[in-house]
Amino acid sequence: MAPLDKKDEYGPFDNVDQVFEVPKLACGAMADTHTFEAAPEHNEMLGFPGELLPNWKEVAIAKMGELAEKNRAFKVYLDTCVKCGACTDKCHYFIGTGDPKNMPVARQDLLRSVYRRYYTFAGKYFPKLVGARDLTKEVLDEWYTYYHQCSQCRRCAVSCPYGIDTAEISMAAREILDSVGVGQKYCNEIIGKVKVTGNNLGLNPKALRATLDDLEEDLLDDTGVEVRIPLDEKGADILLITPSADFFAEPHIDGLLGYAKVFHAAGVSWTLSSYASEAANFGMFIGSYENMREVSWRIRQAAKDLGVKRIIFGECGHAWRVAYSFLNTLAGPFDFLDQNYPIPQHILEFTLDEIESGRLKIDKSKNDDYVMTFHDSCNVARGSAMGREEGGQFEVPRKVLRAVCNHYYDMDPDTIRENTFCCGGGGGLLTDDLMDLRIKGAKPRMTALKQVTDEHGVTHMAAICAICKTQFSKVMPKYGYGMDSIMSVHQLVSNAVVLDGGNEDTAEEPETEESK
Amino acid sequence: MLSTLYAVLFYVATIFLIVGTGMKVLKYARTPAPLKIPVSPAPRTRAGVVMRMIREVTYFHSLFRSNRWIWVFAILFHYGMLLVLIRHLRYFTDPVWWWVALIQPIGVLAGLAMLAGLLGLFARRIVVQRIRYISSPSDYLMLLLLIGIVASGYSMSLVDRVDVLKVKNFMLGLMHFQIRELPMQANILIHLGLVITLMIVFPISKLMHAPGLFFAPSRTQVDNARKFRHLTAWANQLPPLPDAIPEAGEK
Ligand code: SF4
Ligand code: SF4
Repeated sequence: MAPLDKKDEYGPFDNVDQVFEVPKLACGAMADTHTFEAAPEHNEMLGFPGELLPNWKEVAIAKMGELAEKNRAFKVYLDTCVKCGACTDKCHYFIGTGDPKNMPVARQDLLRSVYRRYYTFAGKYFPKLVGARDLTKEVLDEWYTYYHQCSQCRRCAVSCPYGIDTAEISMAAREILDSVGVGQKYCNEIIGKVKVTGNNLGLNPKALRATLDDLEEDLLDDTGVEVRIPLDEKGADILLITPSADFFAEPHIDGLLGYAKVFHAAGVSWTLSSYASEAANFGMFIGSYENMREVSWRIRQAAKDLGVKRIIFGECGHAWRVAYSFLNTLAGPFDFLDQNYPIPQHILEFTLDEIESGRLKIDKSKNDDYVMTFHDSCNVARGSAMGREEGGQFEVPRKVLRAVCNHYYDMDPDTIRENTFCCGGGGGLLTDDLMDLRIKGAKPRMTALKQVTDEHGVTHMAAICAICKTQFSKVMPKYGYGMDSIMSVHQLVSNAVVLDGGNEDTAEEPETEESK
Repeated sequence: MLSTLYAVLFYVATIFLIVGTGMKVLKYARTPAPLKIPVSPAPRTRAGVVMRMIREVTYFHSLFRSNRWIWVFAILFHYGMLLVLIRHLRYFTDPVWWWVALIQPIGVLAGLAMLAGLLGLFARRIVVQRIRYISSPSDYLMLLLLIGIVASGYSMSLVDRVDVLKVKNFMLGLMHFQIRELPMQANILIHLGLVITLMIVFPISKLMHAPGLFFAPSRTQVDNARKFRHLTAWANQLPPLPDAIPEAGEK
């Protein structure tokens, strides 16, 4: 799809050659962007006070001290920043908004200044000198505002000479806010839903089965093959944990159909679980170890209950970070699963194995209408890995893409792999009340995409994250792309997979040597 | 009189530096890191992490990739200072170690590199709007302190010559718990005074970035969470959750 030549206030492509020109500071530009606060019952469901505590100040200061005791990253990062400025131009929200408080170090300083005041010698006795300040209601509000303008994407951490990760500070800040009764509506409501129904959408098992039935029908119509999407089938080998958006949203669904086809073609037995029908784990976004553990635990329970041997995760960025980096710690040990496979495994690892072993028949030409590029999702790129080699999180998706489509181009190297830009909607910011921020935050990615569209005629971008997909399908139209310009990687796999006994399969070449 | 004061201050500063920094480092080491959070490109082995840290320490790999100007000034400053510090060992050793003697001739150059780096960093702090925005008075003062140390050091050979043998004698005296005479000249007194200040503020300031670097989980952790659990003591004490799925209705 060719970009429309529609321009609006967000269409900044007049200067594509100065792509990442650093904006002039626009102080206070985003000061009024204050995402909705959670209702008391939603805070309470997560074990937090419902409303702002009368003694919030003492509680917040104590919590800060507690985190410094419990979390080395928090403690060390607050101490070691030298204010060198290397991170200042790395955040997509700063690039998009120009608000100086969206510069990573300035974002950290919102909290560091208070920490210094109460917990360091210099801040206690010479606050002016080191920029320390008292905790006031204004400061608390400022935290809420700007720590909800950080998608915890860690691009700043890659650039910092000391590895200072603003995401860790944001998570801690949100935990402090929650602990005094100021939660964010979007995240806390969703975590509450997972605790009740097992997924972010609040979908019950019956509704889920009905949805899957429809999808199975679609698959049959499409392929002429009975491809199943099993739910709660005890004794299956593989438990698939996938973001619930895969059941409902576009282009996510097409990814789910892709997984089903791959499993079908591979001839493995698999199942979804209605109890753990969610890969996403917003516990990470709010920095709550306890909530993250509780949500993760459902996966362990489901795996035990269904008696599966393996756990595979569908396409989702932060979910994969929690799965790859935290799941074993939070809900392990997984000694009851088959130790011959990675625990957990990513669907792309599975699919790539199938492709490379030649078991999956692929007809690349099915994707000839698309000229593709790949958006590395921040949490996959910088917070997890895949495959057997270091850097597999970059290579595995690209290998799969190259195996299923003929036209593929990477975007500017400063904007992919570990330097990738967040989609602008990660970290619990994928809510309509932050739409302005989301559109502005997508600007660096959209600019890089526009470059490859101009140079190589790229028409579509693939991603492996439910949040990225939703975000892009919303914001791409603002930048002159169609909302279907964002695709699931497994959507492309789905298009290209050739199923035995399928409709087109017989019409074309009957021989089986397509495994190139 | 003044010599005694300086001697006492040197002892105090040394204790501050060593004990203060040691305590902080111990604190860092003892604070648990509850989750695996290595940031890409994350090595999957201990050896890989060691290599990564060697790259960070020897040539500031991440900074090199993220901001070339800051990198140039930071390298000039840090390597200049390293050589200058090594060169200063001659004030504490008798006879002077051969390799310390060997680098004496490049000392002047190293000092200049250090100064150039500091001035560059200072200029950036003032000129670049973003960095000016994030700077506190202490950030400027820290640079001024270091610039003052270099300038007063140079003045001892360029402006008002100081009898360095006497200084060395004072230092060697300190090491044997004897108080000997310092030359009573403003520049050496300022030079030593600033150095003492630096030693004292080290553990309570951002200078802790030097040891802190080795405790950043994002850089020092091995990326092996799928293979090994990473349970900290406090996480292990959280109330256990049931393995069985609770019956519908109960929660
Ligand atoms: S790059 Fe790191 S040390 Fe430099 S200002 Fe940013 S957070 Fe601080
Ligand atoms: S983690 Fe990402 S969103 Fe947050 S400050 Fe760093 S670069 Fe910006």
